[in-house]
Amino acid sequence: MLERRTVVARLLENRDNAVVVSGLGSPTYDVAAVSPSDRNYYLWGAMGGAAMMGFGLALAQPDLHVIVITGDGEALMGMGSLATIGANQPGNLSIVVLDNEHYGETGMQQSHLGMGVDLCAVAAACGFTQACSVTTEVELQTVVSTFHETTATKFLLVKVSPESPPRVMPTRDAVENKITLRRALGTA
Amino acid sequence: MSSLSWQQAVYDVIKSGGINLIGYVPDAGHAALINSAKADDAMHAVVMTTEEEGIPLCSGAWLGGMRSLLLMQSSGVGNCVNMLSLQRSARFPMVILVTMRGEYAEFNPWQIPMGSTTQAVLELCGFKVERVDSAADAAETVQAAIDFAFNSNVGVAVLLSQKMLGRKKWVE
Repeated sequence: MLERRTVVARLLENRDNAVVVSGLGSPTYDVAAVSPSDRNYYLWGAMGGAAMMGFGLALAQPDLHVIVITGDGEALMGMGSLATIGANQPGNLSIVVLDNEHYGETGMQQSHLGMGVDLCAVAAACGFTQACSVTTEVELQTVVSTFHETTATKFLLVKVSPESPPRVMPTRDAVENKITLRRALGTA
Repeated sequence: MSSLSWQQAVYDVIKSGGINLIGYVPDAGHAALINSAKADDAMHAVVMTTEEEGIPLCSGAWLGGMRSLLLMQSSGVGNCVNMLSLQRSARFPMVILVTMRGEYAEFNPWQIPMGSTTQAVLELCGFKVERVDSAADAAETVQAAIDFAFNSNVGVAVLLSQKMLGRKKWVE
């Protein structure tokens, strides 16, 4: 089974000038651990909002690859936003769901994705032409090779082991993070 | 002033205020603004499944340097409550135009609970709230809200009163 931090590192190793929004909980620690950057926006709350935050960024910065990295619980809370994004098809937006089938931050309670719900099929039904589930190293390698091509809205559901690597905690000051990212993008 | 002309005046100040993205959940009172946005090639018009989506949409747009604005009905304000912590935590500039229900000549009692708490909910969540009761004041108030939000990094809601919007027609 794939390890979450390895997955994030592989997806972001050639990120260049891409912008990353991380969903609250482990994805925020993962992004901070393997790809710290002034072009990251770390969510510590606003559960269910990560994908829409990425969508707003993608509309405002059409020449940049905007990558949302979040968990299955966070993605489920914003499931309607898959319809909103699918209806608009921003080619420069990628949504990556690290699916450990559990709510890791609250004590590893099982999520819907461990109970038969297929979020990848939901994304496909919402119009994501590149909606796929990644479960093996070979599949991950295939996805990584074209990940930064911004030709179609991507949705990746990556099955990861339900382990919690050591927490790496980035800033919790949302204003500081806002200013840092806007300066990096030249929008401050 | 006709209902059409105040909506055109509001759209004009939205444009002059540099707004390039409007997120909305439809409401009859916003119909003319939505049509204007959809007909405008320079405006992203994004229909959302729930008003809650609009808070991170505007936040992300602002990180990327784009000014945006949300349209929703008073009932939709209740759908946003936890997500409004994003605006407050990061002090994102944000403008929400809210068409009011549950007040003047309301036909549907289900609109009353949220309509009667809309202003208080927004204020509890840290938003500055302006209410418009006269069509003649609408554009000026929206313009002031845009200036306030983007100059001072605050959330501002403009409540468009049901009396000003006119009675909803239940029988055609």
